[in-house]
Amino acid sequence: MHQQRLVVVGNGMVGHRFVQELLALHPDLPAAGLAVTVLGEEPRPAYDRVHLSSFFSGTSADELSLVEPGFYQRPGLRLRLNARVASIERRNNTLQLADGEVLAYDKLVLATGSYPFVPPVPGRERDACHVYRTIEDLEAMQASGARSASGVVVGGGLLGLECAKALRDMGLRTHVVEFAPRLMVAQVDDGGGRILRRKIEDLGVQVHTERNTAEITDGATARHRMVFADGSWLETDMIVFSAGIRARDELARRCLLAVGPRGGVVIDDHCRSSDADIYAIGECASWNEQVFGLVAPGYDMARVAARHIGGGADAAFAGADMSTKLKLMGVDVASIGDAQGRTRGALSCVFTDEIKQIYKKLVVSADRKRLLGAVLVGDAAEYGTLLQMMLNGIALPEAPEQLILPAADGAAKAGLGVDALPDGAVLCSCNNVSKGQLCAAVADGARTIGELKSATRAGTSCGGCVPLVTQVLNAELKRQGVEVTNHLCEHFPHSRQELYHLVRVGGIRSFAELLHRHGTGRGCDICKPVAASILASCWNDFILNQDQARLQDSNDYFLGNIQKDGSYSAVPRVAAGEITPEQLIAIGRIAKKYDLYTKITGGQRIDLFGAQVHQLPLIWRELVDAGFESGHAYGKSLRTVKSCVGSTWCRYGVQDSVGMAIRLENRYKGLRSPHKIKFGVSGCTRECAEAQGKDVGVIATERGWNLYVCGNGGMKPRHAELLASDLDEATLVRMIDRFLMFYIRTADRLQRTSTWRDNLEGGLDYLKAVILEDSLGLGAELEAEMAHVVGSYACEWKKAIEDPALLRRMRTFVNSDAADDNIVFVRERGQIRPATAAEKLQCFKGIAVVAETA
Amino acid sequence: MTVMTAPAPAAAVAAPIPTAVPAASPAAGPVWQPVCAVEDIWPDTGVCALLGGRQIAVFRLADGGLHAIDNHDPNSGANVLWRGIVGDLGGEPVVASPIYKHHYRLRDGGCIENPDTPLATHAVELRDGIVWVEA
Ligand SMILES: Cc1cc2nc3c(=O)[nH]c(=O)nc-3n(C[C@H](O)[C@H](O)[C@H](O)COP(=O)(O)OP(=O)(O)OC[C@H]3O[C@@H](n4cnc5c(N)ncnc54)[C@H](O)[C@@H]3O)c2cc1C
Repeated sequence: MHQQRLVVVGNGMVGHRFVQELLALHPDLPAAGLAVTVLGEEPRPAYDRVHLSSFFSGTSADELSLVEPGFYQRPGLRLRLNARVASIERRNNTLQLADGEVLAYDKLVLATGSYPFVPPVPGRERDACHVYRTIEDLEAMQASGARSASGVVVGGGLLGLECAKALRDMGLRTHVVEFAPRLMVAQVDDGGGRILRRKIEDLGVQVHTERNTAEITDGATARHRMVFADGSWLETDMIVFSAGIRARDELARRCLLAVGPRGGVVIDDHCRSSDADIYAIGECASWNEQVFGLVAPGYDMARVAARHIGGGADAAFAGADMSTKLKLMGVDVASIGDAQGRTRGALSCVFTDEIKQIYKKLVVSADRKRLLGAVLVGDAAEYGTLLQMMLNGIALPEAPEQLILPAADGAAKAGLGVDALPDGAVLCSCNNVSKGQLCAAVADGARTIGELKSATRAGTSCGGCVPLVTQVLNAELKRQGVEVTNHLCEHFPHSRQELYHLVRVGGIRSFAELLHRHGTGRGCDICKPVAASILASCWNDFILNQDQARLQDSNDYFLGNIQKDGSYSAVPRVAAGEITPEQLIAIGRIAKKYDLYTKITGGQRIDLFGAQVHQLPLIWRELVDAGFESGHAYGKSLRTVKSCVGSTWCRYGVQDSVGMAIRLENRYKGLRSPHKIKFGVSGCTRECAEAQGKDVGVIATERGWNLYVCGNGGMKPRHAELLASDLDEATLVRMIDRFLMFYIRTADRLQRTSTWRDNLEGGLDYLKAVILEDSLGLGAELEAEMAHVVGSYACEWKKAIEDPALLRRMRTFVNSDAADDNIVFVRERGQIRPATAAEKLQCFKGIAVVAETA
Repeated sequence: MTVMTAPAPAAAVAAPIPTAVPAASPAAGPVWQPVCAVEDIWPDTGVCALLGGRQIAVFRLADGGLHAIDNHDPNSGANVLWRGIVGDLGGEPVVASPIYKHHYRLRDGGCIENPDTPLATHAVELRDGIVWVEA
């Protein structure tokens, strides 16, 4: 059979999606008669350009990859990287690579994307002048950023503002220079632009509009001086050009394919160019004289082209909706449909609040029946509703202004009502998820927004649809008769978050009082430990007093970690993993005396296993005498602050990570929280302490400390995200205080910071606003609450061994000094380990420790 | 606690065995025995009594009620029930095993998650401030 040679030029987001679509249609390429070659100019396979900026907050190049390992290693498919196509010879269906190699094709797909436009300003090739498109560009920006104090972004569009945020996060004094009279000209109108500008300036980014850069020369106070056409100038250490994109249509131009008036390879509805053997998809294509600078239309083109090449003549590209919602530096901006009101006869309806800095505009059809477009700045809560009204042509209400006016009594406004939407309505346009798919996922068992997200991918990209997706979830659950409750258990009709609030506001100090005022029954093993944890987070009373002891899980009650045979392990605190020889000897001596199994933990300390209840106080008496404190390994509380050796010894370290880790561990030790908390502190960006896998990660920089949050190792690893950069120690500690207390206040039972963060509406930007900008006005309160906990710390073991009533409780038998003979150990590799059931049987037979097996 | 010094070849013996907790009481039949002062059991907690080689978990509820059940948790094989959290499910007093959180009814020893593993219960009484158990 003749193999059809299919060549794809460009392994970007759309080129890769094309191959995926092709494989979905033809899983066995050779059997389908296809030999596919993909040529990519970049050194790595396709990655997620949409989330490129997250590279700056710690996402690695590998994590951005869109290509599963092994994807391109299958029969009939070949991917060549570092392979730039230099020219196409249509006469004989061949193309030539930059290194001179010639390849023949039967069908060719161009997916070459676009390139950043750099205005032809003299001096633009100077050192530390960048563009923002590839991972290599970002690496170069990072390197420049490390030796800069200020930065300018040329271009105040969507990408420019995203880039300004990246510069600001690197700790640079940041400016945006825009040629037009306002920011985001393509998406917002004058009124919206004004509010947006004020908000962005409030966040410390200086905006200069109507500035035309004429020249870049040497600066007097910084690396560069940008001279503008009006004679004014600005000095800066680095510059990033983000002045729009241009389709990469150079191959097409040179082989005389038709090119659109604004660039881009002209394509028909099947994504075919003016040559029937050549297709173009993604940002390099021009359809109906339009070039689409978003990924969703590109994905749609990939689907259409894959079908058409396989003979599916019915697949057609029909344009795309370019509505967008984004959060730029914590500012919501959304643009829907005909935002500028260009449709003939369009009417607009505007709401401006200069105090709260909110701007909203509706564009309505001449007959006042339908919504044509909208602009939202400062508050985009209505985005999902308005977008669906526009897309589905839903009739406008009598008084359309109600859609954007704040509700008079402060109560939530009636939304559009998800019931009004057809099943086909696409609610998540990033991932193309329809209402029908969401309903099906709920029917298949998704019960929480987190589950629904992972089942459908809805809301996992820009997150703009999450409020609507949540509405669908709740409506569907209700329809299925599932009661939507976040009640802790049958004893409390409240969530953990509500209970926390009730305890704190009501000044409740005991479980009895909490149960009496807000619950029913006796409580259980769900609500009791939660109550104990909340009481400890709020008031930090001794957890083993008579009221609270009975609430504690066995681990907290006996201040040890219960093992499968009912014995416990003991973990003394070794702050930051720094330990003296004397302390090591003491641990060794005690372990030997009580014949405990010793193991070094992942948190840089030593776990001592095999203690029975009655031995715990004896062991701890000796540990306390040797200067140790409880390590809280048993608690839902701060575990360890892992550190690398830092600048004291390491030739790469830039700060004293061990000293910092010790101070942090001593500050937060004993803090009770919804789940365990781990920290890491690294002395330089080599990150030997793996701080980005921790709930709180601190990484030294030349200028201070970067703070990362919500990472996790364990079952579902998650990289921590950069919350703030280059903090001094006092600010770092304040931000951690706020972060931890906000988590303790709002998380669910047993919710690690990573899942808490994934379920936080508003995501990282919201968290930044609350913690760094104090958007809820809670900062001082959270800090004071932490100060109380820190100030009232006492080592639980030190207290326990001085408390005769408690010591009486720490006995294996209330009426005997015997030990539990069901705990049996065997020696292995020089230490004890629990005997297996079979070994126990042997042991009982041989040594006859079982008294009465009559 | 017992430590065997010779490492047993673990793989050699395969089948799990019933646990080492002694079976039913000696032929003489159960007898009442004093265990501890009632204040030794804090409200809504338990203690463990060793009575004739048998481990018995004794609980005192906040309302003063006393219950005694076997201390051995058949679902984990460990002698731990006295260390579980005491509470109620649907009004029925229960203790939750600290190992895998199985719930046992204090009144009749039934296991809520696994009806095949009920526990023996024992009569318990308060006499002049002393807790007595029949075992
Ligand atoms: C920082 C940033 C943020 C963005 N945010 C969003 C967003 O929020 N939402 C959204 O919808 N879109 C966003 N975009 C746009 C989105 O990334 C693009 O729409 C998408 O990547 C287009 O895919 P593509 O395959 O057409 O182009 P690309 O992903 O650019 O891929 C083209 C590939 O072709 C290669 N190539 C070009 N010429 C040749 C040649 N001659 N030989 C071999 N290979 C060649 C290029 O090197 C490149 O790897 C963002 C873009 C950036 C840069």
